Amino acid sequence: MALLQIRDLNVRFATTDGEVSAVNGINLDVQRGQTLGIVGESGSGKSQLAFSIMGLLARNGRATGSVQFDGTEILNASPRVLNRIRAEKIAMVFQDPMTSLNPYMRVSDQMAEVLVLHKGISRRQALVESVRMLDAVKIPDARGRIGLYPHEFSGGMRQRVMIAMSLLCRPDLLIADEPTTALDVTVQAQIMELLADLQRDFGMAMVLITHDLGVVAGSCERVMVMYGGRIMERAPVEPIFAVPAHPYTQGLLAAIPRVDQKGDQLSAIPGSPPNMTNPPPGCPFAPRCAYAMPVCEAMPPLEQFAVDRERACHAPLSALRQGPPPQPDLPEPAAIEEVQP
Amino acid sequence: MVDTQQMRSLAARLAEPEVRGRSPWADARRRFRRNKAAMVSLFVLILVALFAIFGNQLAAWSNEEMDFAVMGQAAQLGAPSFANGHYFGTDDLGRDLFSRTVQGTQVSLMVGLIGAGIAVIVGTLYGATAGYVGGRTDAVMMRLVDILMSIPYMFVLILLLVMFGRSMTMLFLGIGLISWLDMSRIVRGQTLSLKNREFIEAARATGVPAWKIILRHIVPNILGVVAVYATLLVPLMILSESFISFLGLGVQEPLTSWGALISEGAGTMNYGTLWQLAFPLFFFCITLFAFFFVGDGLRDALDPKDR
Amino acid sequence: MTTPLMTARDLRVRFELPAQGLFQKPRVLQAVSGVDFTLMPGETLGVVGESGSGKSTLARALIGLVPASGHAVWQDGTNLIGLSPRRMLKYRSEIQMVFQDPLASLDPRMTVGQIIAEPLLTHRKDLGRDEIRLRVKDMMDRVGLLPNQINRYPHEFSGGQCQRIGIARALIVEPKLVICDEPVSALDVSIQAQVINLLGDLQRDLGLALIFIAHDLSVVKHISDRVLVMYLGRVMELAEAEALYADPRHPYTQALLSAVPVPDPVLERAKRIIPLRGELPSPMNPPSGCVFRTRCPRAEALCATERPELQGGGHLTACHFPGALRPEELSKAG
Repeated sequence: MALLQIRDLNVRFATTDGEVSAVNGINLDVQRGQTLGIVGESGSGKSQLAFSIMGLLARNGRATGSVQFDGTEILNASPRVLNRIRAEKIAMVFQDPMTSLNPYMRVSDQMAEVLVLHKGISRRQALVESVRMLDAVKIPDARGRIGLYPHEFSGGMRQRVMIAMSLLCRPDLLIADEPTTALDVTVQAQIMELLADLQRDFGMAMVLITHDLGVVAGSCERVMVMYGGRIMERAPVEPIFAVPAHPYTQGLLAAIPRVDQKGDQLSAIPGSPPNMTNPPPGCPFAPRCAYAMPVCEAMPPLEQFAVDRERACHAPLSALRQGPPPQPDLPEPAAIEEVQP
Repeated sequence: MVDTQQMRSLAARLAEPEVRGRSPWADARRRFRRNKAAMVSLFVLILVALFAIFGNQLAAWSNEEMDFAVMGQAAQLGAPSFANGHYFGTDDLGRDLFSRTVQGTQVSLMVGLIGAGIAVIVGTLYGATAGYVGGRTDAVMMRLVDILMSIPYMFVLILLLVMFGRSMTMLFLGIGLISWLDMSRIVRGQTLSLKNREFIEAARATGVPAWKIILRHIVPNILGVVAVYATLLVPLMILSESFISFLGLGVQEPLTSWGALISEGAGTMNYGTLWQLAFPLFFFCITLFAFFFVGDGLRDALDPKDR
Repeated sequence: MTTPLMTARDLRVRFELPAQGLFQKPRVLQAVSGVDFTLMPGETLGVVGESGSGKSTLARALIGLVPASGHAVWQDGTNLIGLSPRRMLKYRSEIQMVFQDPLASLDPRMTVGQIIAEPLLTHRKDLGRDEIRLRVKDMMDRVGLLPNQINRYPHEFSGGQCQRIGIARALIVEPKLVICDEPVSALDVSIQAQVINLLGDLQRDLGLALIFIAHDLSVVKHISDRVLVMYLGRVMELAEAEALYADPRHPYTQALLSAVPVPDPVLERAKRIIPLRGELPSPMNPPSGCVFRTRCPRAEALCATERPELQGGGHLTACHFPGALRPEELSKAG
């Protein structure tokens, strides 16, 4: 049995402009000790997916379907159940550490409070344990700095504090929502390395939500690509990068400038992300897709096409291998110039 | 190489009919319309305003005329009645309370609107200038506001009215002098937070002069806050005026205002002429309520963060 | 040899912060301390650095948004630093800026047409209303926006389209230099590529020079001819993009490059990240000598006493001991 098992999860938001469907019929399993990367752009529903698991949806949001953690249904569970699960079983790390640190409380008090409340140990013991955890996230001079306030740490250190706090109760699953997006690259590298070490040491499963394919490549076993609230492709990390089987994954990879390769014109994905109040019928990516066909008016199911690899696309794999067909209707000035020499 | 086809399609694209945009104000209007309490209050305010403007046409008596048939026996004969044309009854002197209320409404609304108007114009420009220019200018300008605020204005106003006699001009001067202080502080705060936004930087980088930035970028963007505060300021102005009139220092007879009418009505309520208090008080209360609800509605409409 | 479009020499920006105590002196933050570079017409100079490196402040100093000292000499020999607003006005149409946050850089109460027209209204007072409208529509078409959207408001556009509006506003007065301050860091990957391509195309067609500021080294590599690496307000390395990425000489550049994630699981897992010790020192109290020495795996006594000058032929490095880090130095750093 999977540690986290999600079946047909839908998340809807009621807004003044109408209903927004952020997540549409997602099925997902996370095994113990596994690292899953969820990749998507803004509006892909990746963060709302995490929030609905944690019961943290905004007030106008509604989640339906089933989320089972270790066999227990936790979707729309009572706040009492959710609070216990959130503290002891599933931890979450956010992009902005200040959203989960109280700026008016010393780090020591915040960390000890969690342990005293959920583990029922004494404050003295809790402080010892907290210092040990700060050491584990490699905060230099943890004993001396535990009494500081959150704002007295730098951005990277603050993220470490938050990670330490989320790991206090030794959770089985860590959900990291863009944990390094606000950080500099050198700090990002350190934090990602830290997360990988901790995951190995504590044997926990991790769901890493990010828009950065480079980060995913370095730290995940499996990758799930989301677009318009749906899963586009899911596979182990190597094939996703080597032979992407969905036009969106392919486009995304081609659109990234790379530090290790010589740059030509980037192949951008034309158009804008879908407006989720009024999503296109069928495949959400179809309006921007180079392989779009009339049949894309109907949403393709997520199907297994090779061992452990799934994708939701009508275009045949052979067409994807050949690369996108040229697009005649876009008078790109660059395309004309390339013909000249 | 001139691609004629491309040129033609460019010409076609340039000539396409323009799409109308949905301005932030239109959005706010839509949200406001959906707020029932605010819409009802707005309707009430319109009714009160119509009452102030056209009430005299309906009145059977003018506000200065005394009904000698009623005079002296207001408690017995002065009750509201359609038969003798005193719809709201009369006061002790036999004057028609309906036309007196119409006049009181005119004066009170005018005090409120002019007071708030001065606050909006002076306060916005003063606050925006101080906030945008910053530095020493800001410090001097805001210290001046602090000094003016530290003066117990009610005493000063009362002193002024006592020294120079009671007059409308004096009243407006007094209320106008203090009403813009809070506004300028609010506007300055808003300006400070706007000033470092990138679109202001963009305008500065391109060389738009400071006064144009204030008028074109800052003022329109703080107008929402100003509008909310102004609608809440109108009832405050009316309250101040009423308080002064209640003390007997406000507008001078034969002019009257809600405060003066309420004061008179309260003075005689023991003699069984409750209508003399009830009618002006009714108008006073619904107007204040309506203004507060409209202000609240405006805030919700203009600041959609709380949704 | 053509004259450079802009020559910066010893450019400095300092901010005074209020004193912490009542009787103490105000604290001084040196955000940019002595930056030198030249920029040729039509060239793209990439500026990279982490937060706190002073790269955005440098941009704002060049365009006169923050007071600076030193020299930033324009093509015609005028030093733009410390110019009176009246005399600066002429150059403000030559240098335009594209901002980081696409939506925040557009006035929410103005229509797209009004936003794009604003620089024209300031600099081309001779143009009539119809002419301005025509030019705005033409520019909208050029940056890939539908001209019939001219009366729409910024909130009706997506992030990528808003950035196109920002680019249109910068280009409408036909500048010679556009300073782009993190123009794509707030955009999604697929949109980011669109905007980078658009900037590249426009630069080629209009012969623009670009100063392209970003924290993303891959993006900078892609678009730049030369790259300037900043750390704590100082230039660490300045070289042709190819050379800098193939053979970074400064230890800081090497650390920075090693940390960039590569979207390829095989390469990403095999690569060696050079860790930096400690944290970014406070710019209020920078280290003596070389500002990077507190975190450098190669630092020696000399680095603390003497500030290294930016030197070298075409490939400039501010380091006493430039060159690739050796394996034993790497293990020392780890």
